[in-house]
Amino acid sequence: MELLVASATGVMTAVGIYLLLRARTFPVILGLTFLTYAVNLFLFAMGRLTINQPPVISALASAYTDPLPQALVLTAIVISFGMTALIVVLALRGFLESGSDEVDLAVSGEGDAARVRTDEDKARLPS
Amino acid sequence: MNNWIVLPTVLPAMTAALLILALPHHLKHQRVVSVASTILALALAIGLLVLAGDGTPRAYFLGNWPAPFGIVLVLDRLSAIMLLLSAALALMVAVYACAGWDKRGRHFHALLQFQLLGVNGAFLTGDLFNLFVFFEVMLIASYGLMLHGGGAPRLKAGFHYVAINLIASTLFLFGVGLIYAITGTLNMADLAGKVAAVSADDQALLKTGAMLLFAVFATKAALVPLHWWLPSAYAATSAPAAAMFMIMTKVGAYAIIRVYGLIFGADAGPLAAMVAPIVIPAAIVTLIVGAIGVLASRNLRDLVCFSVVASMGNLLIAVGLFDGPGTTAALSYLVHSTLTGAALFLLVDVISQRRGQQLDRLEPAPAIANETLLGAMFFLGAIAMVGMPPLSGFIGKLLILDATRQAPQAPLIWAVMLGASLLMMIGYARAGSMIFWNNSEPVPSAGGAAVAKAPGLTGITLVPLVVIALLLAATAALSLGAGPFTRAFAATSDQLLDKAGYVRAVLSPAAGAGTGGN
Repeated sequence: MELLVASATGVMTAVGIYLLLRARTFPVILGLTFLTYAVNLFLFAMGRLTINQPPVISALASAYTDPLPQALVLTAIVISFGMTALIVVLALRGFLESGSDEVDLAVSGEGDAARVRTDEDKARLPS
Repeated sequence: MNNWIVLPTVLPAMTAALLILALPHHLKHQRVVSVASTILALALAIGLLVLAGDGTPRAYFLGNWPAPFGIVLVLDRLSAIMLLLSAALALMVAVYACAGWDKRGRHFHALLQFQLLGVNGAFLTGDLFNLFVFFEVMLIASYGLMLHGGGAPRLKAGFHYVAINLIASTLFLFGVGLIYAITGTLNMADLAGKVAAVSADDQALLKTGAMLLFAVFATKAALVPLHWWLPSAYAATSAPAAAMFMIMTKVGAYAIIRVYGLIFGADAGPLAAMVAPIVIPAAIVTLIVGAIGVLASRNLRDLVCFSVVASMGNLLIAVGLFDGPGTTAALSYLVHSTLTGAALFLLVDVISQRRGQQLDRLEPAPAIANETLLGAMFFLGAIAMVGMPPLSGFIGKLLILDATRQAPQAPLIWAVMLGASLLMMIGYARAGSMIFWNNSEPVPSAGGAAVAKAPGLTGITLVPLVVIALLLAATAALSLGAGPFTRAFAATSDQLLDKAGYVRAVLSPAAGAGTGGN
């Protein structure tokens, strides 16, 4: 089981890092998701791998699994879920407003001389 | 157990919830509530600073769980100073935003309060995982603030900012997981005792965890090579948000001071002073990159962003010493650079609003309204940021130079710090003379009206100027009261070096104050 968990964590991290280095927003988001899956699994393993043992005190238990990593993983899942939702919306808005899902900042290689940064900058300009 | 300690996190949380749930459509009410709550937070921070002034760290046990099992908040001098700084900055930003920025998107004030919650929590917590949670609270709010006002370039830069921070958060979890796996605890005070006793087999793993954490804090603190997110994010966001973000880079520096001073400090056995060999060289490079960036900037916002990077370089050189004088200098410089950076971001916004088509680009433009006043403010801000006498940047830099005298890299540090100051001075002088002196003739725009004649000082344009003047006055006050302030910072660094006091406050609180009565 150690081999399975370790290689699963490792493979997911590797896939996550590879996808993070892509130049479009969707693979980057998938990469972030893979990384968070990997870290959740990793956190579980940090409480040592235990099978069929209760995490809370009971009279019948002969041994326990560590409950703290489970609490940590739960928190981490909630946070990463929220963050993923946010970045998906952000990527979508960016795509709709700029018409491109590339991660680069300078969209068509124009310098900042031609750059009007934001809507409020535009609003300030005399029409 | 002193219940006041938890209030700096509870107050902004309740205010933000109130703003969103009860007043989502009433901008005027939102402004009143937000500013009033931030004033309360400021008063609270002053009260806590007085409380912490007696030199004993105080612990607050959430849910009254005993220390290594429950989450603790710890108030000591360092936390109190940081709380005061964040409350003061939030007040200035809230008032500045009331002059019009909060109309450009929704929920600015609620996001600001949530950010304050995260920042205050990060300064107070005594638990590594709780630090992660407060980091996330702070970051989620900052994503909203960063995107406030919208626009395609801001969304693009926002995507970078969010992605970088999500990666950093994942690394944070990997680091925390490793540290928990080896030591079985995440309480900072408990860790401080256990790290030294880790067996030789596990030291490499523990070190890996600690280094991953350091990478996260270095990303927050914009330490080279993890600084590239900062200029693009801060330049793309709105001015009040950028000003508020000045405290976020400082959270990174604070976390480095706290974690690598307390947990992996001098008596941590073989793992002691683990990051010190990295911090100072990286900080020197940060300073160089920042100074070159200042020189190369083609608009004012980039100029300020890169001077923030440079100031983080100065700050982390002092932090990297991990000794008494170094920490004293770091704190002095930290307070100064937060206030000055915020003042400059706001000032650049005011200037670019008056420059019509040229915005904040460094090219000739028609003379702007209130040129003398704004020019004087820019001059003062530049002096403070570059570190020339008489403002506080000079004192901070002097303290850092003095603290590094004993360090092995002292000649290099001195040469780089003084050379970087020169480069930044050239950059600011060039920018200031271009903006304020190199005026072109007013060009009649297509509509026929001359753009140059902006309105004079009325109520609505006065508020931002007053805020900026207050921030600059604060740096002047730091300089005027340099003696008392430096003594206070020295007392703070003494308290940080006395780790036994911190550990005692958390793990075995005095019978009268803590467990007995409850």
